[in-house]
Order: sequence, then C-alpha cells, then structure tokens
Amino acid sequence: MNIFKLSIKNIFNKPLSSSISLALLVLGVGIISLLLQLNTLIKDQMDNNLRGIDMVVGAKGSPLQLILSSVYHIDSPTGNISLAEAETISNNRMVGSSIKILYGDNYKGFRIVGAEKKFIELYKGVIKEGKDWDNPYEVLVGSKVYEKLKINLGDELISSHGLRETGQSHDEGTFKVVGLLKPSNSVIDQLIITSPQSVWDIHETHDHDEHENENEHENEHEHEHEHDNREITAMLIKFKSPMNIIQFPRQINENTNLQAAVPSYEISRLFKLFGFGIETLSYLAYLIIIVSGFSLFINLFNSMRERKYEMALIRTLGASRFQLSTMIIFESLVLTISGFILGLLFSRFGVMFVSSLMEESINYNLNSLKILNEEYWLLGLSVLIGVVSSLIPAIQVYKMNISKILADA
Amino acid sequence: MLKTKEVEFNYDNQMFFKFQNIDLNSNENLLIIGESGVGKTTLMHLLAGLLKSNSGSIKLFDKELNQMSSYQLDSFRKNNIGIVFQRPHFVNSLTVKENLQLAQYIANKNDNNRIESILKNLNIFEKSNKKTNQLSQGEKQRVSIALAIVNSPKLILADEPTSSLDDNNCSKVIKLLKKQATDFGAQLIVITHDSRLKKHFKKSIEL
Repeated sequence: MNIFKLSIKNIFNKPLSSSISLALLVLGVGIISLLLQLNTLIKDQMDNNLRGIDMVVGAKGSPLQLILSSVYHIDSPTGNISLAEAETISNNRMVGSSIKILYGDNYKGFRIVGAEKKFIELYKGVIKEGKDWDNPYEVLVGSKVYEKLKINLGDELISSHGLRETGQSHDEGTFKVVGLLKPSNSVIDQLIITSPQSVWDIHETHDHDEHENENEHENEHEHEHEHDNREITAMLIKFKSPMNIIQFPRQINENTNLQAAVPSYEISRLFKLFGFGIETLSYLAYLIIIVSGFSLFINLFNSMRERKYEMALIRTLGASRFQLSTMIIFESLVLTISGFILGLLFSRFGVMFVSSLMEESINYNLNSLKILNEEYWLLGLSVLIGVVSSLIPAIQVYKMNISKILADA
Repeated sequence: MLKTKEVEFNYDNQMFFKFQNIDLNSNENLLIIGESGVGKTTLMHLLAGLLKSNSGSIKLFDKELNQMSSYQLDSFRKNNIGIVFQRPHFVNSLTVKENLQLAQYIANKNDNNRIESILKNLNIFEKSNKKTNQLSQGEKQRVSIALAIVNSPKLILADEPTSSLDDNNCSKVIKLLKKQATDFGAQLIVITHDSRLKKHFKKSIEL
C-alpha cells in the first residue's frame, strides 16, 4: 500500500463521478488529437504528392478541380486540351520538364491514366514485379489497386468508360498487366498507368460521339482534325526556375484558352477553407477539456467533504499534510493522464476509421500512429488541468483542522 | 512517562479549559473520566499532538509536545501513539487489510504477519478482505482497535470507546483493549464519561 495506490483505489471507489470527468477529458483530448492527426496526415499526403509539380495546365474551369483531378486524382477533370497546344507550352523556355497525362477509363473504380514514363519517375515509382510497358494496352498497376482487387501479373483488365465504376465497358478496352509497382505512399499507388497511346486508341471512336453533343467545341475540332486531333487531360509542369511560378501561369490564363493552376497555392487555399472548420471544432474541444477540469474539481471538492473523516484518520495515523495533499493531486493526475492516453487511443481509432472511409471513397490511405509534437502539448495541458483542478482541494486538505473534524464526529 | 503541567487551552477565546496535572508512570494504564463539556476530547487531542496547548507543558516519553512542529508531531504520533476513536473511521475505498497496510505504510513499515496476527487476535481475520462499510458495528470497533495498535505504539489513546455499548459489551470492549495493550506492550489511556469503566482501572483521574 502506498499513497499512489490509495489514490487509484479512491478513484475506483467512485466509478461514476470519476468516469464522467474522465469521459469529458477523453472526448476533448480525443477530438483535438484526431483533428491534429488528420490535418497532419492529409497535409503530408498532399505535400508528398505535390513534389516536383509547380504548375498544372488543363482545360478552363475551377483551378482547384484541375489540381484535385490531375495531381490527386480525386475529382473529375475539367475537360481535355489539345495535344498541340500543350506541346507549345512544354516547349516554352521557362518549362523545365513536363508530363502529359490523359484520363479516360477506369477499372473497377480505379483510374487508368495514360502518362509518359516520366510520370512514374516523378513519384519515385519502382517496379516490384514484371516490367515497364512497351506496347499500347500494357499497364503498370499501383500497389493499392492490385492489393485490393487481387490483380496478378499477366491478368487482363477490361476497362469501363469514365472515371467511375458505372461507365459502359469498351469491347476493345482490354489491358494486360505487365508490371506491379511497389508501394510508394503517393498517388500512383491507386492508379493503373499505361502509355498515352493506349488511351488515344481506345477513345478514337468515342471522342467523335461525345463531341457531337458539344456544339461549342465542334468547330474547333473540325479544324484540328486535319493535322492532329489528339487530346490530353492535363500537363504537369516543373519550371526551370522557381521565379517563373509568378509570371507564367498568368500568361497562360490570359493569353490562351487553357488554364494554368499552381498546386501549392490551391492547396493552401483549400486548407484555409477547411482550416476554419477545424479551428472551430478545436475550440469546442478545448472547451470540453476545461469543462472536464471543472468537473474534476467539483468531484474532488465533494469527495473531500465526504472523506474528511478518513483524511483526519490518515493524519492521526501519522501521515503529513504534504502526503495527503499529494494524494489528492495524484488522484487528479491519474485521471487526467489516463484521460490523455485514452484520448490518444480514441483519436487513433478515429484516424483508422476515417482512413478506411477515405480509402473506400477516394482510395486514399492515411495510416500513421506516431505521436505529434502538438500532442505532447496536449499531455502538458492534461497535466496542467489535473494540477489546477486539484489545487484548491489539496490546499484545503493541507490546511485541514483534524482536531476539529474529529471533535465534530 | 506522561507528565502534564498546567495545561491550558482555549478555542477562539470562547471556551477555556484548564486541565489538572497528570503524572503517569510506565506500565500504568489510566482512566480519565469527566462529564460532557469538560474538555475530554480536547485533552485527548492535546495528548495525541493533534492540538497544541496555549500554555503549560505536556511531556510524553520524555518529549515536550509543545515544542514540536506539526511535522514532528505527525512523525511522533505515527511512531508512538495509537488512537481509538469514539466512532470508528476508516478509508472507505480500502479493505480491512488494506487499511492496516496503509497505516503501516505511513509509519514506513510493512509487515503482513503482524496484520494477520492482530486480526486473528481480535477475531476478525476472516473479514480481512471486506470493505469497511460491510462490517457490523462491533467488527468496526475491533478494526479500529487493530488500526490503533498495528504500528506497535507505546501508548494507546481511546476516546469514549464504550459510550454507546450495553453493560455486557462495555466490559467486553474494555477487556479487549486492555488485553491488546498488554499483548502488544503498550500503555492504555481511556478518556470517557462512562463511569462503568472505573472498576477496570487502578488509576483514574476525574476532570
């Protein structure tokens, strides 16, 4: 038996009031930690996929949509642009390197991207099994895709049109798996990648059907038919010098009918948007933590009154004032620290849950269980709450007049 | 062993007590008897070092209590004095055994054999693992005696141990107390208004 054990026994002796304070703290800490985790994980994921892309060129529309679709592969593309126009831009002297990508099909919800081979290098993709594609209709498959769909080398994938699972299927869209990619923790994990030529081949007939409905575009296309009517969805660009990021996108947006978007700018805009929600929610969570502090204080204060005879008894047994006060502070700290630990567990389950949700809808995976720096602050806050809420009861116990309490008995 | 001289105590200048001198030798038990309101509990708290007198001297085991700090008194108490209260108090979150272990811990001791032998001696060994609020009144009183003697005090102070008991139980409890004191080598001072106890003590003073 010691003072620490006694504190724990006291906590378990009052399971109801102890667990209310605990639950509040777990909720508060859990929400904040969950927000921190998700924020960091999403940001990491986003930044990870942003490497080496200074600018994206695509069809006019929402710049954010362009970024989401062609960098993160989670939204529909804004449209297509002509290959010839894209070539003009990629030949500009400010452009260091460019990668053309094309969409068209999906296989069971996973996007099939036609891209130059540089695309795989950009994300540091490494072939685990098999080889690179040599001919049209040969594909490399990202790690999440083959894991989830149990795809093996040499399998044939019949694609369907569009980016969602419910498109019509092509008779001619049969791809052969020639290589599997190692997990790279980037977007290519959830993509099926093939040569641009494959996508052009499949859609040769389709494009005609579709464009007949779009009167506006039809004229343009009539002209282009003569030389090159091939199209791409977007082009990822790295500049020669970072300075170009200011000037070049504006030039494109003003002087051509293409759209240029800067991913880092769009993403920080996106984060500002939902950063507001995160902030509000975390204020709420801090409020819950403070309420838990109050509830802890009230519990201790009440139990102090109920337990004044036993406190007096412990003193008459020879315990010092200091030992008794320590016991009270321990009781509070045991609760707040276990609240912190449970809150962290809660947030980890939350991350796993959200992650599985996201994986289902947008094929993103966020799994990391490391403790963030901010969470150490949260530990500090929990300890502080524990000390502060037990301070007054502890002082009361310290100043307790045992003789008077025993005489009143 | 105990020598008091002109001990005076007042609560907030309202109640004033002046106690007669006590002189108790080693190996003697003492009965202090007095009506309600004469300051029995106050005297007991003074002897236990729970209160400090305003003037006079209390010399217990050759130590002057009035000259000790509150910390020294705590330490003196845990090494020398066991207290049996009028109404038994326990730490409710602990079992009988754990209460005794806590008392030992406070006195920097750890001796489960002693706990066992005390509980057996008091006939409540089978209640070791019961929470104290599951005990009967009589069992509670025995556990509170166990608490008072677990750290082998040289002096046991008992405050009204028999006031609410019938004649039969009264003599049982006082015999038990005396037996425990003798068994474990402690002196016993009982403070009470219960005149039935007079016949059990050779030495008594009236307040």
